[in-house]
Amino acid sequence: MKLRYIAARLIKTVLVAIAVVVLSFFLIRLAPGDVATVMAGQSGFADEAFIKNLRAEYGLDQPLPVQFWKYASAVAQGDLGTSYVRRQKVTAIILERLPNTLLLDAFALVVAAAGGIWLGMVAARKPGSAGDSAVTVLSMLFYAVPQFWLGMMMVLVFAVWLAWLPPFGIETMGAEYTGLARLGDIAQHIILPGMTLALYFLASYARLTRTAMIEMADQDFVKTARAKGISERQVARRHILRNALLPLVTYAGLQASILVGGSVLVENVFSWPGIGTLAYEAVKARDNPVLLGIFIVTALLVSLFNLITDIAYSVADPRVELG
Amino acid sequence: MMKFARRFFARPTAVFGFAVFVAIVAIALSAPLIFARGPFSIVGMPLLPPGAPGLFAGSDVLGRDMVVGLAYGARISLLVGITSTLCAVGIGILLGATAGYYGGLVDDLLMRFTEFFQIIPSFVLLMVLVAFMQPSLASTVIGIALVTWPQVARVVRGEFLSLRSREFVEAARVLGMRDARIIFTQILPNALPPIVAVSSMMVGSAILTESALAFLGLGDPNLLSWGSMIEGSRSAMWVAWWTTVLPGLSIMVTVLALNFVGDGLNEALNPRRRR
Repeated sequence: MKLRYIAARLIKTVLVAIAVVVLSFFLIRLAPGDVATVMAGQSGFADEAFIKNLRAEYGLDQPLPVQFWKYASAVAQGDLGTSYVRRQKVTAIILERLPNTLLLDAFALVVAAAGGIWLGMVAARKPGSAGDSAVTVLSMLFYAVPQFWLGMMMVLVFAVWLAWLPPFGIETMGAEYTGLARLGDIAQHIILPGMTLALYFLASYARLTRTAMIEMADQDFVKTARAKGISERQVARRHILRNALLPLVTYAGLQASILVGGSVLVENVFSWPGIGTLAYEAVKARDNPVLLGIFIVTALLVSLFNLITDIAYSVADPRVELG
Repeated sequence: MMKFARRFFARPTAVFGFAVFVAIVAIALSAPLIFARGPFSIVGMPLLPPGAPGLFAGSDVLGRDMVVGLAYGARISLLVGITSTLCAVGIGILLGATAGYYGGLVDDLLMRFTEFFQIIPSFVLLMVLVAFMQPSLASTVIGIALVTWPQVARVVRGEFLSLRSREFVEAARVLGMRDARIIFTQILPNALPPIVAVSSMMVGSAILTESALAFLGLGDPNLLSWGSMIEGSRSAMWVAWWTTVLPGLSIMVTVLALNFVGDGLNEALNPRRRR
Protein backbone atom coordinates (compact mmCIF):
# COMPACT_ATOMS: atom_id res chain seq x y z
CA MET A 1 0.00 0.00 0.00
CA LYS A 2 2.73 2.34 1.01
CA LEU A 3 4.86 1.46 -1.99
CA ARG A 4 1.98 2.14 -4.33
CA TYR A 5 1.42 5.50 -2.69
CA ILE A 6 5.08 6.44 -3.01
CA ALA A 7 5.13 5.39 -6.67
CA ALA A 8 2.05 7.51 -7.36
CA ARG A 9 3.66 10.46 -5.62
CA LEU A 10 6.88 10.06 -7.60
CA ILE A 11 4.92 10.09 -10.85
CA LYS A 12 3.14 13.23 -9.67
CA THR A 13 6.52 14.79 -8.89
CA VAL A 14 7.65 14.15 -12.45
CA LEU A 15 4.43 15.72 -13.79
CA VAL A 16 4.94 18.75 -11.56
CA ALA A 17 8.51 19.06 -12.81
CA ILE A 18 7.26 19.04 -16.41
CA ALA A 19 4.73 21.74 -15.55
CA VAL A 20 7.46 23.80 -13.93
CA VAL A 21 9.69 23.48 -17.00
CA VAL A 22 6.88 24.60 -19.33
CA LEU A 23 5.53 27.42 -17.16
CA SER A 24 8.87 28.92 -16.20
CA PHE A 25 10.22 28.68 -19.73
CA PHE A 26 7.41 30.70 -21.23
CA LEU A 27 7.11 33.03 -18.24
CA ILE A 28 10.74 34.02 -18.59
CA ARG A 29 10.51 34.40 -22.38
CA LEU A 30 7.44 36.64 -22.11
CA ALA A 31 9.57 39.43 -20.71
CA PRO A 32 10.90 42.14 -22.99
CA GLY A 33 14.68 42.27 -23.42
CA ASP A 34 17.09 39.38 -23.13
CA VAL A 35 20.68 38.59 -22.30
CA ALA A 36 21.81 40.10 -25.59
CA THR A 37 20.39 43.53 -24.77
CA VAL A 38 21.94 43.39 -21.29
CA MET A 39 25.36 42.39 -22.66
CA ALA A 40 25.18 44.99 -25.39
CA GLY A 41 24.35 47.61 -22.78
CA GLN A 42 27.35 46.57 -20.69
CA SER A 43 29.79 46.49 -23.58
CA GLY A 44 28.96 50.04 -24.61
CA PHE A 45 28.88 49.48 -28.37
CA ALA A 46 25.33 48.34 -28.88
CA ASP A 47 25.02 48.07 -32.62
CA GLU A 48 22.48 45.87 -34.36
CA ALA A 49 25.01 43.39 -35.77
CA PHE A 50 26.53 42.75 -32.34
CA ILE A 51 23.14 42.00 -30.77
CA LYS A 52 22.18 39.84 -33.73
CA ASN A 53 25.38 37.81 -33.39
CA LEU A 54 24.81 37.28 -29.68
CA ARG A 55 21.23 36.13 -30.26
CA ALA A 56 22.40 33.69 -32.94
CA GLU A 57 25.09 32.37 -30.62
CA TYR A 58 22.59 31.65 -27.86
CA GLY A 59 19.95 30.32 -30.25
CA LEU A 60 17.58 33.16 -29.34
CA ASP A 61 16.90 33.95 -33.00
CA GLN A 62 15.00 30.71 -33.51
CA PRO A 63 11.22 30.49 -33.16
CA LEU A 64 10.03 30.01 -29.58
CA PRO A 65 8.59 26.49 -30.05
CA VAL A 66 11.91 25.33 -31.53
CA GLN A 67 13.82 26.83 -28.60
CA PHE A 68 11.46 25.17 -26.17
CA TRP A 69 11.72 21.78 -27.84
CA LYS A 70 15.51 21.92 -27.74
CA TYR A 71 15.52 22.97 -24.11
CA ALA A 72 12.92 20.44 -22.97
CA SER A 73 14.61 17.51 -24.67
CA ALA A 74 17.94 18.48 -23.11
CA VAL A 75 16.32 18.75 -19.65
CA ALA A 76 14.78 15.31 -20.11
CA GLN A 77 18.34 14.00 -20.41
CA GLY A 78 19.44 15.81 -17.27
CA ASP A 79 21.13 18.68 -19.11
CA LEU A 80 20.02 22.10 -17.89
CA GLY A 81 21.96 23.95 -20.57
CA THR A 82 24.87 26.36 -20.39
CA SER A 83 25.01 29.64 -18.52
CA TYR A 84 25.07 32.64 -20.85
CA VAL A 85 27.39 34.56 -18.60
CA ARG A 86 29.78 32.03 -17.13
CA ARG A 87 29.86 29.62 -20.07
CA GLN A 88 29.68 26.69 -17.66
CA LYS A 89 27.13 23.90 -17.41
CA VAL A 90 24.14 25.01 -15.32
CA THR A 91 24.04 21.67 -13.49
CA ALA A 92 27.68 22.13 -12.46
CA ILE A 93 27.07 25.68 -11.21
CA ILE A 94 24.00 24.67 -9.21
CA LEU A 95 25.67 21.60 -7.72
CA GLU A 96 28.58 23.78 -6.66
CA ARG A 97 26.29 26.23 -4.82
CA LEU A 98 23.62 23.89 -3.47
CA PRO A 99 25.68 22.37 -0.61
CA ASN A 100 26.41 25.85 0.78
CA THR A 101 22.72 26.72 0.86
CA LEU A 102 21.76 23.38 2.37
CA LEU A 103 24.45 23.78 5.04
CA LEU A 104 23.10 27.21 5.99
CA ASP A 105 19.52 25.83 5.98
CA ALA A 106 20.41 22.87 8.17
CA PHE A 107 22.07 25.11 10.71
CA ALA A 108 19.15 27.55 10.72
CA LEU A 109 16.52 24.79 10.95
CA VAL A 110 18.18 23.04 13.87
CA VAL A 111 18.58 26.30 15.80
CA ALA A 112 15.04 27.39 14.94
CA ALA A 113 13.42 24.08 15.84
CA ALA A 114 15.31 23.65 19.10
CA GLY A 115 14.85 27.27 20.19
CA GLY A 116 11.31 27.63 18.90
CA ILE A 117 9.96 24.44 20.42
CA TRP A 118 11.58 25.27 23.74
CA LEU A 119 10.16 28.82 23.75
CA GLY A 120 6.75 27.51 22.70
CA MET A 121 6.75 25.04 25.58
CA VAL A 122 7.74 27.73 28.06
CA ALA A 123 4.95 29.97 26.78
CA ALA A 124 2.34 27.21 26.85
CA ARG A 125 3.12 26.20 30.41
CA LYS A 126 1.14 29.14 31.78
CA PRO A 127 -0.89 30.85 29.05
CA GLY A 128 -1.32 34.55 29.75
CA SER A 129 1.66 34.75 32.11
CA ALA A 130 4.52 37.22 31.73
CA GLY A 131 6.70 34.55 30.15
CA ASP A 132 3.98 33.72 27.65
CA SER A 133 3.52 37.38 26.69
CA ALA A 134 7.28 37.81 26.33
CA VAL A 135 7.45 34.90 23.88
CA THR A 136 4.46 36.25 21.93
CA VAL A 137 5.92 39.75 21.69
CA LEU A 138 9.32 38.38 20.71
CA SER A 139 7.87 36.28 17.94
CA MET A 140 5.78 39.23 16.68
CA LEU A 141 9.01 41.27 16.56
CA PHE A 142 10.85 38.64 14.54
CA TYR A 143 7.90 38.49 12.15
CA ALA A 144 8.02 42.24 11.60
CA VAL A 145 11.75 42.72 11.19
CA PRO A 146 13.08 42.89 7.61
CA GLN A 147 15.38 39.90 7.34
CA PHE A 148 18.09 41.70 5.38
CA TRP A 149 18.13 44.50 7.92
CA LEU A 150 18.36 42.06 10.81
CA GLY A 151 21.38 40.58 9.07
CA MET A 152 22.98 44.00 8.72
CA MET A 153 22.34 44.71 12.41
CA MET A 154 24.00 41.39 13.26
CA VAL A 155 27.03 42.46 11.23
CA LEU A 156 27.03 45.90 12.85
CA VAL A 157 26.88 44.54 16.40
CA PHE A 158 28.83 41.28 16.29
CA ALA A 159 31.30 41.93 13.49
CA VAL A 160 31.89 45.70 13.59
CA TRP A 161 31.33 46.83 17.18
CA LEU A 162 32.23 43.70 19.12
CA ALA A 163 34.46 42.17 16.42
CA TRP A 164 33.59 38.66 17.57
CA LEU A 165 32.69 37.08 14.25
CA PRO A 166 33.58 37.51 10.58
CA PRO A 167 31.04 39.71 8.72
CA PHE A 168 30.77 37.82 5.42
CA GLY A 169 31.74 34.88 3.26
CA ILE A 170 31.75 31.18 4.00
CA GLU A 171 35.47 30.95 4.89
CA THR A 172 38.45 33.23 5.30
CA MET A 173 39.72 34.19 1.85
CA GLY A 174 43.27 33.14 1.09
CA ALA A 175 43.71 31.37 4.41
CA GLU A 176 43.64 27.94 2.72
CA TYR A 177 42.76 26.11 5.92
CA THR A 178 42.41 22.35 5.71
CA GLY A 179 40.75 19.68 7.84
CA LEU A 180 39.54 20.72 11.27
CA ALA A 181 40.85 24.26 10.99
CA ARG A 182 38.70 24.71 7.87
CA LEU A 183 35.62 23.33 9.62
CA GLY A 184 36.19 25.71 12.53
CA ASP A 185 36.56 28.59 10.10
CA ILE A 186 33.28 27.71 8.35
CA ALA A 187 31.58 27.30 11.73
CA GLN A 188 32.58 30.86 12.64
CA HIS A 189 31.29 32.19 9.34
CA ILE A 190 27.95 30.39 9.53
CA ILE A 191 26.85 31.79 12.89
CA LEU A 192 25.69 35.26 11.80
CA PRO A 193 23.83 34.33 8.57
CA GLY A 194 22.56 31.14 10.20
CA MET A 195 21.13 32.99 13.19
CA THR A 196 19.58 35.67 10.96
CA LEU A 197 17.78 33.00 8.96
CA ALA A 198 16.92 30.99 12.08
CA LEU A 199 15.26 33.81 14.02
CA TYR A 200 12.42 34.12 11.50
CA PHE A 201 11.63 30.40 11.60
CA LEU A 202 12.16 30.33 15.35
CA ALA A 203 9.34 32.82 15.75
CA SER A 204 7.00 30.64 13.68
CA TYR A 205 7.97 27.47 15.52
CA ALA A 206 7.47 29.11 18.90
CA ARG A 207 3.96 30.28 17.95
CA LEU A 208 2.97 26.96 16.39
CA THR A 209 4.28 24.93 19.33
CA ARG A 210 2.53 27.21 21.79
CA THR A 211 -0.85 26.99 20.05
CA ALA A 212 -0.62 23.25 19.54
CA MET A 213 0.43 22.56 23.13
CA ILE A 214 -2.37 24.67 24.57
CA GLU A 215 -4.87 22.83 22.36
CA MET A 216 -3.48 19.43 23.30
CA ALA A 217 -3.49 20.17 27.02
CA ASP A 218 -7.29 20.01 26.92
CA GLN A 219 -7.51 16.59 25.30
CA ASP A 220 -8.76 13.52 27.09
CA PHE A 221 -5.56 11.52 26.80
CA VAL A 222 -3.69 14.26 28.61
CA LYS A 223 -6.25 14.26 31.42
CA THR A 224 -5.88 10.50 31.64
CA ALA A 225 -2.12 10.80 31.86
CA ARG A 226 -2.45 13.36 34.65
CA ALA A 227 -4.99 11.19 36.44
CA LYS A 228 -2.50 8.34 36.37
CA GLY A 229 -0.27 10.54 38.51
CA ILE A 230 2.51 11.12 36.00
CA SER A 231 4.58 14.22 36.79
CA GLU A 232 3.66 17.41 34.97
CA ARG A 233 7.02 17.44 33.18
CA GLN A 234 6.49 13.94 31.85
CA VAL A 235 2.99 14.81 30.71
CA ALA A 236 4.29 17.83 28.84
CA ARG A 237 7.18 16.01 27.18
CA ARG A 238 5.81 12.54 26.52
CA HIS A 239 2.16 13.21 25.87
CA ILE A 240 1.60 16.78 24.81
CA LEU A 241 4.78 17.66 22.93
CA ARG A 242 4.84 14.50 20.85
CA ASN A 243 1.41 15.30 19.46
CA ALA A 244 1.99 19.03 19.26
CA LEU A 245 4.99 18.52 17.00
CA LEU A 246 2.89 17.10 14.17
CA PRO A 247 1.81 20.48 12.73
CA LEU A 248 5.46 21.50 12.79
CA VAL A 249 6.29 18.71 10.34
CA THR A 250 3.67 20.03 7.93
CA TYR A 251 4.92 23.56 8.37
CA ALA A 252 8.51 22.52 7.65
CA GLY A 253 7.26 21.03 4.38
CA LEU A 254 5.58 24.30 3.44
CA GLN A 255 8.78 26.24 4.10
CA ALA A 256 10.88 23.94 1.94
CA SER A 257 10.76 26.08 -1.19
CA ILE A 258 12.09 29.09 0.71
CA LEU A 259 14.89 26.99 2.08
CA VAL A 260 15.96 25.10 -1.02
CA GLY A 261 15.65 28.21 -3.16
CA GLY A 262 18.10 29.82 -0.79
CA SER A 263 17.38 32.92 1.16
CA VAL A 264 18.29 35.52 -1.44
CA LEU A 265 18.39 38.27 1.17
CA VAL A 266 20.43 36.61 3.88
CA GLU A 267 22.88 35.19 1.37
CA ASN A 268 23.16 38.61 -0.25
CA VAL A 269 23.87 40.45 3.01
CA PHE A 270 26.53 37.95 4.09
CA SER A 271 27.92 37.23 0.60
CA TRP A 272 27.15 33.56 1.20
CA PRO A 273 27.94 31.65 -2.02
CA GLY A 274 24.65 29.74 -2.24
CA ILE A 275 21.66 29.33 -4.54
CA GLY A 276 20.16 32.64 -3.35
CA THR A 277 23.11 34.76 -4.47
CA LEU A 278 23.26 32.72 -7.67
CA ALA A 279 19.60 33.53 -8.38
CA TYR A 280 20.22 37.21 -7.69
CA GLU A 281 23.20 37.33 -10.06
CA ALA A 282 21.21 35.46 -12.71
CA VAL A 283 18.29 37.90 -12.49
CA LYS A 284 20.62 40.87 -12.87
CA ALA A 285 22.36 39.38 -15.90
CA ARG A 286 19.23 37.85 -17.49
CA ASP A 287 20.99 34.49 -17.32
CA ASN A 288 17.83 32.55 -18.16
CA PRO A 289 19.32 29.04 -18.28
CA VAL A 290 20.58 29.46 -14.70
CA LEU A 291 17.21 30.83 -13.51
CA LEU A 292 15.29 28.01 -15.17
CA GLY A 293 17.74 25.51 -13.71
CA ILE A 294 17.21 26.90 -10.21
CA PHE A 295 13.43 26.68 -10.62
CA ILE A 296 13.56 23.09 -11.85
CA VAL A 297 16.06 21.85 -9.25
CA THR A 298 14.19 23.50 -6.37
CA ALA A 299 10.83 22.21 -7.61
CA LEU A 300 12.17 18.65 -7.70
CA LEU A 301 13.85 18.91 -4.30
CA VAL A 302 10.80 20.52 -2.71
CA SER A 303 8.48 17.81 -4.07
CA LEU A 304 10.85 15.17 -2.76
CA PHE A 305 11.07 16.91 0.60
CA ASN A 306 7.27 17.08 0.81
CA LEU A 307 7.07 13.36 0.07
CA ILE A 308 9.53 12.71 2.90
CA THR A 309 7.58 14.88 5.34
CA ASP A 310 4.37 13.04 4.40
CA ILE A 311 6.02 9.70 5.14
CA ALA A 312 7.56 11.08 8.33
CA TYR A 313 4.10 12.26 9.32
CA SER A 314 2.57 8.83 8.87
CA VAL A 315 5.39 7.30 10.93
CA ALA A 316 5.00 9.90 13.69
CA ASP A 317 1.21 9.63 13.72
CA PRO A 318 -0.04 6.09 13.11
CA ARG A 319 -3.60 7.42 12.71
CA VAL A 320 -2.69 9.04 9.39
CA GLU A 321 -2.97 6.75 6.41
CA LEU A 322 -1.12 7.56 3.25
CA GLY A 323 -3.17 7.69 0.10
CA MET B 1 -20.44 47.49 14.44
CA MET B 2 -20.09 48.95 17.95
CA LYS B 3 -19.69 45.47 19.33
CA PHE B 4 -16.99 44.81 16.79
CA ALA B 5 -15.13 47.99 17.72
CA ARG B 6 -15.36 47.16 21.41
CA ARG B 7 -13.97 43.70 20.82
CA PHE B 8 -11.18 45.09 18.65
CA PHE B 9 -10.09 47.77 21.11
CA ALA B 10 -10.25 45.38 24.04
CA ARG B 11 -6.78 44.20 23.08
CA PRO B 12 -3.95 46.54 24.13
CA THR B 13 -1.80 45.39 21.21
CA ALA B 14 -4.60 46.27 18.77
CA VAL B 15 -4.95 49.74 20.31
CA PHE B 16 -1.19 50.28 20.06
CA GLY B 17 -1.09 48.96 16.51
CA PHE B 18 -4.01 51.11 15.42
CA ALA B 19 -2.54 54.28 16.98
CA VAL B 20 0.85 53.73 15.35
CA PHE B 21 -0.80 52.95 12.02
CA VAL B 22 -2.85 56.17 12.13
CA ALA B 23 0.30 58.15 12.99
CA ILE B 24 2.21 56.64 10.05
CA VAL B 25 -0.67 57.36 7.67
CA ALA B 26 -0.70 60.96 8.92
CA ILE B 27 3.06 61.29 8.35
CA ALA B 28 2.78 59.76 4.89
CA LEU B 29 -0.07 62.07 3.86
CA SER B 30 1.48 65.27 5.23
CA ALA B 31 5.07 64.64 4.07
CA PRO B 32 4.76 66.72 0.85
CA LEU B 33 3.12 69.57 2.80
CA ILE B 34 5.71 69.75 5.59
CA PHE B 35 8.78 68.89 3.52
CA ALA B 36 7.92 70.54 0.22
CA ARG B 37 11.53 70.42 -0.98
CA GLY B 38 11.31 66.65 -1.43
CA PRO B 39 13.41 63.78 -0.12
CA PHE B 40 16.23 64.17 -2.67
CA SER B 41 17.27 67.73 -1.81
CA ILE B 42 20.70 68.11 -0.20
CA VAL B 43 20.66 70.06 3.04
CA GLY B 44 24.19 69.81 4.41
CA MET B 45 27.32 67.75 4.79
CA PRO B 46 26.97 63.97 4.35
CA LEU B 47 26.76 61.60 7.32
CA LEU B 48 26.08 64.20 10.00
CA PRO B 49 24.96 62.38 13.17
CA PRO B 50 21.44 62.74 14.61
CA GLY B 51 21.16 65.93 16.63
CA ALA B 52 23.35 68.01 14.32
CA PRO B 53 21.86 71.52 13.88
CA GLY B 54 18.52 71.22 12.10
CA LEU B 55 18.98 67.50 11.52
CA PHE B 56 16.97 65.57 14.06
CA ALA B 57 17.90 62.20 12.52
CA GLY B 58 21.16 63.19 10.85
CA SER B 59 22.01 63.18 7.15
CA ASP B 60 22.68 60.34 4.74
CA VAL B 61 25.60 59.54 2.41
CA LEU B 62 24.65 62.38 0.07
CA GLY B 63 23.86 64.95 2.76
CA ARG B 64 20.07 64.56 2.54
CA ASP B 65 17.88 65.02 5.60
CA MET B 66 17.08 61.59 7.05
CA VAL B 67 13.80 62.83 8.57
CA VAL B 68 12.49 63.85 5.15
CA GLY B 69 13.59 60.55 3.64
CA LEU B 70 11.87 58.57 6.39
CA ALA B 71 8.64 60.57 5.99
CA TYR B 72 8.55 60.08 2.23
CA GLY B 73 9.49 56.42 2.65
CA ALA B 74 6.30 55.88 4.63
CA ARG B 75 4.32 56.87 1.50
CA ILE B 76 5.91 54.18 -0.64
CA SER B 77 5.62 51.48 2.00
CA LEU B 78 1.93 52.11 2.69
CA LEU B 79 1.07 52.60 -0.97
CA VAL B 80 2.74 49.37 -2.06
CA GLY B 81 1.53 47.42 0.98
CA ILE B 82 -2.11 48.40 0.54
CA THR B 83 -2.46 48.44 -3.26
CA SER B 84 -0.63 45.15 -3.81
CA THR B 85 -2.76 43.48 -1.15
CA LEU B 86 -5.96 44.86 -2.71
CA CYS B 87 -4.91 43.50 -6.11
CA ALA B 88 -4.01 40.11 -4.63
CA VAL B 89 -7.30 39.95 -2.74
CA GLY B 90 -9.22 40.88 -5.90
CA ILE B 91 -7.60 38.15 -7.97
CA GLY B 92 -7.79 35.70 -5.08
CA ILE B 93 -11.52 36.26 -4.54
CA LEU B 94 -12.39 35.98 -8.24
CA LEU B 95 -10.47 32.77 -8.83
CA GLY B 96 -11.01 31.26 -5.39
CA ALA B 97 -14.77 31.87 -5.57
CA THR B 98 -15.02 30.41 -9.06
CA ALA B 99 -13.06 27.32 -8.03
CA GLY B 100 -14.92 26.80 -4.77
CA TYR B 101 -18.37 27.47 -6.22
CA TYR B 102 -18.15 25.46 -9.42
CA GLY B 103 -15.53 22.89 -8.45
CA GLY B 104 -14.52 20.55 -11.28
CA LEU B 105 -11.93 21.49 -13.85
CA VAL B 106 -11.59 25.15 -12.76
CA ASP B 107 -10.94 23.96 -9.24
CA ASP B 108 -8.38 21.39 -10.34
CA LEU B 109 -6.52 23.91 -12.48
CA LEU B 110 -6.49 26.48 -9.71
CA MET B 111 -5.21 24.04 -7.12
CA ARG B 112 -2.41 22.87 -9.42
CA PHE B 113 -1.53 26.50 -10.05
CA THR B 114 -1.32 27.33 -6.35
CA GLU B 115 0.83 24.25 -5.86
CA PHE B 116 3.17 25.60 -8.51
CA PHE B 117 3.54 28.73 -6.40
CA GLN B 118 4.24 26.64 -3.34
CA ILE B 119 7.16 24.72 -4.79
CA ILE B 120 8.78 27.58 -6.67
CA PRO B 121 10.83 29.91 -4.45
CA SER B 122 8.41 32.83 -4.59
CA PHE B 123 10.93 35.56 -3.85
CA VAL B 124 13.11 34.43 -6.76
CA LEU B 125 10.03 34.41 -8.99
CA LEU B 126 9.19 37.92 -7.77
CA MET B 127 12.70 39.17 -8.54
CA VAL B 128 12.39 37.73 -12.04
CA LEU B 129 8.98 39.38 -12.58
CA VAL B 130 10.04 42.81 -11.33
CA ALA B 131 13.42 42.82 -13.05
CA PHE B 132 11.91 41.75 -16.36
CA MET B 133 9.07 44.29 -16.19
CA GLN B 134 11.68 46.97 -15.34
CA PRO B 135 11.72 48.03 -11.66
CA SER B 136 9.05 50.65 -10.94
CA LEU B 137 6.28 51.32 -8.48
CA ALA B 138 3.78 49.57 -10.78
CA SER B 139 5.94 46.51 -11.39
CA THR B 140 6.56 46.17 -7.64
CA VAL B 141 2.84 46.23 -6.90
CA ILE B 142 1.94 43.88 -9.77
CA GLY B 143 4.78 41.52 -8.92
CA ILE B 144 3.83 41.25 -5.25
CA ALA B 145 0.17 40.76 -6.14
CA LEU B 146 1.06 38.04 -8.65
CA VAL B 147 3.04 35.96 -6.16
CA THR B 148 0.68 36.41 -3.19
CA TRP B 149 -2.84 35.96 -4.62
CA PRO B 150 -2.76 32.14 -4.33
CA GLN B 151 -2.80 32.53 -0.52
CA VAL B 152 -6.10 34.40 -0.74
CA ALA B 153 -7.49 32.07 -3.38
CA ARG B 154 -6.94 29.02 -1.18
CA VAL B 155 -8.79 30.59 1.73
CA VAL B 156 -11.67 31.82 -0.44
CA ARG B 157 -11.97 28.47 -2.17
CA GLY B 158 -12.15 26.67 1.16
CA GLU B 159 -14.87 28.98 2.44
CA PHE B 160 -16.92 28.71 -0.75
CA LEU B 161 -16.58 24.97 -0.76
CA SER B 162 -18.11 24.73 2.70
CA LEU B 163 -20.74 27.44 2.17
CA ARG B 164 -22.04 26.52 -1.28
CA SER B 165 -24.24 23.66 -0.10
CA ARG B 166 -25.73 25.55 2.84
CA GLU B 167 -29.46 26.11 2.94
CA PHE B 168 -29.39 29.85 2.36
CA VAL B 169 -27.52 29.26 -0.88
CA GLU B 170 -30.01 26.59 -1.93
CA ALA B 171 -32.79 29.05 -1.15
CA ALA B 172 -31.21 31.73 -3.31
CA ARG B 173 -30.89 29.23 -6.13
CA VAL B 174 -34.52 28.23 -5.83
CA LEU B 175 -35.45 31.90 -5.99
CA GLY B 176 -33.83 31.92 -9.41
CA MET B 177 -30.82 34.07 -8.58
CA ARG B 178 -27.99 34.00 -11.08
CA ASP B 179 -24.68 32.45 -10.07
CA ALA B 180 -22.77 35.74 -10.06
CA ARG B 181 -25.36 37.25 -7.74
CA ILE B 182 -25.29 34.28 -5.41
CA ILE B 183 -21.49 34.40 -5.29
CA PHE B 184 -21.21 38.12 -4.57
CA THR B 185 -24.33 38.89 -2.53
CA GLN B 186 -24.97 35.63 -0.69
CA ILE B 187 -21.77 33.67 -0.15
CA LEU B 188 -19.04 36.33 -0.24
CA PRO B 189 -20.33 38.38 2.73
CA ASN B 190 -20.31 35.21 4.81
CA ALA B 191 -16.80 34.34 3.70
CA LEU B 192 -15.39 37.78 4.51
CA PRO B 193 -14.00 37.30 8.05
CA PRO B 194 -11.23 34.86 7.11
CA ILE B 195 -10.48 36.88 3.97
CA VAL B 196 -10.03 40.03 6.06
CA ALA B 197 -7.83 38.14 8.50
CA VAL B 198 -5.54 36.81 5.76
CA SER B 199 -5.30 40.09 3.90
CA SER B 200 -4.57 42.21 6.96
CA MET B 201 -1.46 40.11 7.54
CA MET B 202 -0.55 40.41 3.86
CA VAL B 203 -0.18 44.20 4.01
CA GLY B 204 2.67 43.89 6.50
CA SER B 205 4.44 41.21 4.57
CA ALA B 206 4.01 43.17 1.32
CA ILE B 207 5.77 46.10 2.99
CA LEU B 208 8.61 43.79 4.00
CA THR B 209 8.78 42.42 0.47
CA GLU B 210 8.85 45.90 -1.08
CA SER B 211 11.72 46.91 1.19
CA ALA B 212 13.58 43.73 0.29
CA LEU B 213 13.18 44.43 -3.44
CA ALA B 214 14.33 48.01 -3.01
CA PHE B 215 17.28 46.78 -0.94
CA LEU B 216 18.34 44.53 -3.82
CA GLY B 217 18.19 47.48 -6.21
CA LEU B 218 14.92 46.27 -7.73
CA GLY B 219 12.82 49.22 -6.54
CA ASP B 220 11.65 52.27 -8.47
CA PRO B 221 14.87 54.24 -9.12
CA ASN B 222 12.98 57.55 -9.02
CA LEU B 223 11.51 57.08 -5.56
CA LEU B 224 13.06 57.03 -2.13
CA SER B 225 11.75 54.17 -0.01
CA TRP B 226 12.92 52.76 3.31
CA GLY B 227 14.45 49.79 1.55
CA SER B 228 16.34 51.92 -0.96
CA MET B 229 17.58 54.17 1.89
CA ILE B 230 19.13 51.08 3.48
CA GLU B 231 20.59 49.97 0.17
CA GLY B 232 22.05 53.41 -0.47
CA SER B 233 23.78 53.53 2.89
CA ARG B 234 25.14 49.98 2.90
CA SER B 235 28.69 51.22 2.46
CA ALA B 236 28.27 53.82 5.22
CA MET B 237 26.84 51.39 7.77
CA TRP B 238 30.26 50.87 9.36
CA VAL B 239 30.73 54.55 10.18
CA ALA B 240 27.20 55.96 10.34
CA TRP B 241 24.80 53.52 12.02
CA TRP B 242 21.78 55.83 11.80
CA THR B 243 21.65 55.63 8.01
CA THR B 244 20.69 51.96 8.17
CA VAL B 245 19.24 51.60 11.65
CA LEU B 246 16.52 54.25 11.31
CA PRO B 247 14.88 53.12 8.04
CA GLY B 248 14.98 49.53 9.28
CA LEU B 249 13.31 50.48 12.54
CA SER B 250 10.64 52.37 10.58
CA ILE B 251 9.84 49.26 8.56
CA MET B 252 9.75 47.11 11.68
CA VAL B 253 7.46 49.45 13.63
CA THR B 254 5.07 49.81 10.67
CA VAL B 255 4.84 46.08 10.03
CA LEU B 256 4.51 45.33 13.74
CA ALA B 257 1.64 47.83 14.02
CA LEU B 258 -0.11 46.31 11.00
CA ASN B 259 0.29 42.78 12.36
CA PHE B 260 -1.18 43.89 15.68
CA VAL B 261 -4.12 45.42 13.82
CA GLY B 262 -4.48 42.20 11.84
CA ASP B 263 -4.44 40.11 15.01
CA GLY B 264 -7.06 42.38 16.55
CA LEU B 265 -9.30 42.16 13.46
CA ASN B 266 -8.92 38.42 13.43
CA GLU B 267 -9.91 38.16 17.04
CA ALA B 268 -12.81 40.61 16.74
CA LEU B 269 -14.22 38.94 13.65
CA ASN B 270 -13.99 35.40 15.01
CA PRO B 271 -15.15 35.57 18.61
CA ARG B 272 -15.57 31.80 18.63
CA ARG B 273 -11.86 31.41 18.13
CA ARG B 274 -11.10 33.13 21.41
CA ARG B 275 -8.89 31.27 23.83
